Amino acid sequence: MDLLGHYNYWIVVILMMAGFYAVIARGNMVKKIIGLNIFQTSVFILFISAGKIIGGSTPILRKGVEVYSNPLPHVLILTAIVVGVATTAVGLALAVRIREAYGSIEDDLLIEALDPPQEPSETEQ
Amino acid sequence: MTLLDWMPFSVLLPLIAAPVCALLPGRLLPWALAFTAVAGSAVISAFVLPAAIEEPLRYAFGNWPPPIGIEYRVDAVNALLALLISAMAVVMLPWARLSVNQEVPERQGPFYALFLLAMAGLMGITLTGDAFNVFVFLEISSLSTYALVAHGRNRASLLSAFRYLIMGTLGATFYLIGIGLLYIMTGTLNMADLAERIPEVADTNAVRAAFGFIIIGLGLKLALFPLHRWLPGAYANAPSATTVFIAATATKVAVYVLLRMVFTVFGVEFALNMPYREVFFTLGAIGILFASVSAIDQPTAKRMLAYSSVAQIGYIALAISLVSVAGLAAGLVHIFNHALMKGALFMAVGAVIYRLGSDRIEDFNGLAKSMPWTMLAFVLAGLSIIGVPLTAGFISKWALIQAAIAEGNWIAVVIVLVGSLLAVVYIGRIAEAAYLRPAPENRPAIGEVGPGLMIPLWILIAANFYFGIDTSLTLGVATRGAEVLMGTGP
Repeated sequence: MDLLGHYNYWIVVILMMAGFYAVIARGNMVKKIIGLNIFQTSVFILFISAGKIIGGSTPILRKGVEVYSNPLPHVLILTAIVVGVATTAVGLALAVRIREAYGSIEDDLLIEALDPPQEPSETEQ
Repeated sequence: MTLLDWMPFSVLLPLIAAPVCALLPGRLLPWALAFTAVAGSAVISAFVLPAAIEEPLRYAFGNWPPPIGIEYRVDAVNALLALLISAMAVVMLPWARLSVNQEVPERQGPFYALFLLAMAGLMGITLTGDAFNVFVFLEISSLSTYALVAHGRNRASLLSAFRYLIMGTLGATFYLIGIGLLYIMTGTLNMADLAERIPEVADTNAVRAAFGFIIIGLGLKLALFPLHRWLPGAYANAPSATTVFIAATATKVAVYVLLRMVFTVFGVEFALNMPYREVFFTLGAIGILFASVSAIDQPTAKRMLAYSSVAQIGYIALAISLVSVAGLAAGLVHIFNHALMKGALFMAVGAVIYRLGSDRIEDFNGLAKSMPWTMLAFVLAGLSIIGVPLTAGFISKWALIQAAIAEGNWIAVVIVLVGSLLAVVYIGRIAEAAYLRPAPENRPAIGEVGPGLMIPLWILIAANFYFGIDTSLTLGVATRGAEVLMGTGP
């Protein structure tokens, strides 16, 4: 009973692990960013689950309602979603630039370009 | 209304100036606006520090009293950090002008806007008393830092920025999970409230998991070994001005958040029930040795200094693992002093890049003849990082060794000494190339850099020696801050 009662937390855990795995195991940068998004989404669900109160109504003050759900986690997650969108945007912009500069966004192919950075700088004088 | 009431503006000034800065055309205007905002922030921080040592300053945003609203709460610890960040920005910006003109020739408005955002984020993390607000500012500063890193001279900076983005976002999200679990358990996000309510629920797995998530998340942000993989590339490939600033401040602010969470929010007792000491001692010790050895055979100077930064994080981790007033004070002093020495070292290397367009170690051959003052500054700052007496680096290492001896921790003493010897090797490698090796014959005649790059560099060198002799400000404030963190002071 308790196992099913907390099903949203199980979803959080599954999404979290799936996203985290994608970030670590996938070489493609767009897939890494997708993984990052799934990972972040799991945290959003974690927060929002915490705001739900069983039998609670939407948190708008009105007559005849005694129990309200907690609005604060929703507000926090709105902020976190904005942060997540910004991160995704910066990440994708970088992926586009990397594709322009290297012709690939596969991390495995590019890793040697980074460690160690032996290539001469482009604006060398 | 005194200047103290302007305390929140040390964060707001750069934050408000940033969008304006992005729209300004040309090169001079964005720089001038950035400098004005940063200087204002530094003046406010300088006035806040002495007041905050006496009694914590509080400011409730939007006049919503905490715990409903967000509160800025400034005591000796974060006032010191805020002054460090803004002062480093004030010294760095005049230096940055020439360097940025060369490395980021176009669209400097957005570049300085990003810099202001990064700085505002770091200041915000430092001053806020709200755990979720820390996350927001952490992401403001991180996102702008990713973009700043991507402005580097070569295309590898893009890869470094991407790797930093992945690791940094994972770190911030881990921190967010930890905060979420704490909120579920306590129903508050205000740090002072959290500190009151955590003891009641301390004996639950949720709070232990929150502690773990927060430590790992911040460990990624502060580049604690073995979570440091993003740092060398990011520092080495970023524009020199970016490197100077983030090397001096960004990871240190993450250390501050860690101290605040562990000592103020969770409390000493909780941390000691968890394997906090063992983890930070072990990782700090291995980090010092591993990163110092790695620094020795790096191909470029910036990469070498980046590994040195990982090693310095190791010293700080070692210091805060001692869990004593002396140990925390040593950690705080090292945060301050490391900014001075690493800022100076990266500025010296940046000056070389400005002249040569390269920072490969073999390009330093014979450089002491063409750029005597830059190389002298490099060696003096290098002495500070080695920990030679009369330098700031000596003070922090001495404080750390004394704290370790007081705890009877002789392994820490040995590791600090070995780490210092390794620093002699990697700093010596560049000094040897510059002073003892002949210059390559095909090198075009280059001269010393102008005063624009030289004066800020020597200001930092002078600070290295000043704080190596007069320790009343650094060690005094740090001890006060350590007392606040340990809960033995006001």
